Amino acid sequence: MNDRSVAIVATGTANLASVMAGLRRVGAVPTIAASPEEVLRTARVVVPGVGSFGAAIAEVRRLGIDVALRERLARGAPTLLICLGLQLLADESEESPGVTGLGIIAATVKRLPPGVLLPQLGWNQVTTTAGARCVTPGYAYFANSYCLYDADSSWTPAWSDHGGPFIAALERGPQLACQFHPELSGAWGLRLLKDWCDAC
Amino acid sequence: MLTRRLIPCLDTRDGRVVKGRRFVDLRDAGLPAELARRYDADGADELVLLDVTATPEGRANALETVRAVRDALTIPLTIGGGVRSIADAEALLTAGADKVAVNTAALTDPGLLDELAGRFGRQCVVLAIDASALAEGGWRVFVRSGSEATSRGPVEWAVEAEQRGVGEILLTSIDRDGTGEGFDLALVDAVSSRIRLPVIASGGASSAGHCLLALEAGADAVLAASMFHDDAVSLREVKSFLASHGVEIRP
Repeated sequence: MNDRSVAIVATGTANLASVMAGLRRVGAVPTIAASPEEVLRTARVVVPGVGSFGAAIAEVRRLGIDVALRERLARGAPTLLICLGLQLLADESEESPGVTGLGIIAATVKRLPPGVLLPQLGWNQVTTTAGARCVTPGYAYFANSYCLYDADSSWTPAWSDHGGPFIAALERGPQLACQFHPELSGAWGLRLLKDWCDAC
Repeated sequence: MLTRRLIPCLDTRDGRVVKGRRFVDLRDAGLPAELARRYDADGADELVLLDVTATPEGRANALETVRAVRDALTIPLTIGGGVRSIADAEALLTAGADKVAVNTAALTDPGLLDELAGRFGRQCVVLAIDASALAEGGWRVFVRSGSEATSRGPVEWAVEAEQRGVGEILLTSIDRDGTGEGFDLALVDAVSSRIRLPVIASGGASSAGHCLLALEAGADAVLAASMFHDDAVSLREVKSFLASHGVEIRP
């Protein structure tokens, strides 16, 4: 990691302090990005997310960052998307009907199934599949009521189970999308952040 | 499988950790950031920090303490004490909280719960309920750090809070707080059986066995302060005890 800068997209509702603390701990130099130019030119970009799908995508569009993010992702630039950040990649979400997402992944974000505690708040086991680059098996911290159940084959999935299997993470080259919070997932999460920073 | 959680709690006043008995007789238990770092390393699943004197003294939560604790942690941090508005919550989240706990202000203005959940998402909003048993049976909710009775019962209040959009209930038995007599299991059962939200049982733990009973009574997580501050039993010991009794727990 030569250029240690990481731009964090200000989605308006995220736990920015924890994301910044986690990145600093692994040697990165985090800054807050609120313009499309910053999103396009910084070596690494993190899209955190806490809050609702509709509110977050509205803020991203208001700042004009949606186009910049699509461009970054299309050219394979190092990008880490956390929790709601992962969900924003989808076409749409049951959480905010009628609102369109970034449309990078042709899928709908769905509510976790009936019969389980909602929101899912706590540590769940992550299992990886062949081709995983940064994600390793371990326990990760989740805080979500919605999730993705599938993604196209350009992404390598990792899985967890809460009333049935759901996507815990997706990797595509230096692009990593986590339904869990690596910044809150203890030593395992820090190692993932470090491996992602080092690999890009 | 989602695992059950073990959550140390730091009650703070003037930048120090304190611990009382039945919400009074506070004594010093160390520096928040030092304890936070120790519990994180020892396997804590989350940390809760409550500024126990914020409401009685009408003070905002000490943001400096929040920043110091955040920098010491690699796990989620919930902050409560004196949260009365969106602006209060936002200041805490900016300083390093991942979730905010509200108590007194939500009873005065229940709409605050809807506002907080709408703005920050339900996973961010914890309702803290302090309850005490009534001689005639049932429980009553108290506010202002347990000093003032309300007309509400904890079960109906938790049900209302779930509808209003909170993500979690932190359920404390005032009667058991700091006594080491074990959780109020009937209270845990009464609340958790009526809602789908995770319930964190609090008040009275002094052994791994107490924690197991609370989880069996319906709690998703257990919170303890004195038990860990006093080194009566370590987080690791509690976790291995729970695991050996078939509880899904993060190793």
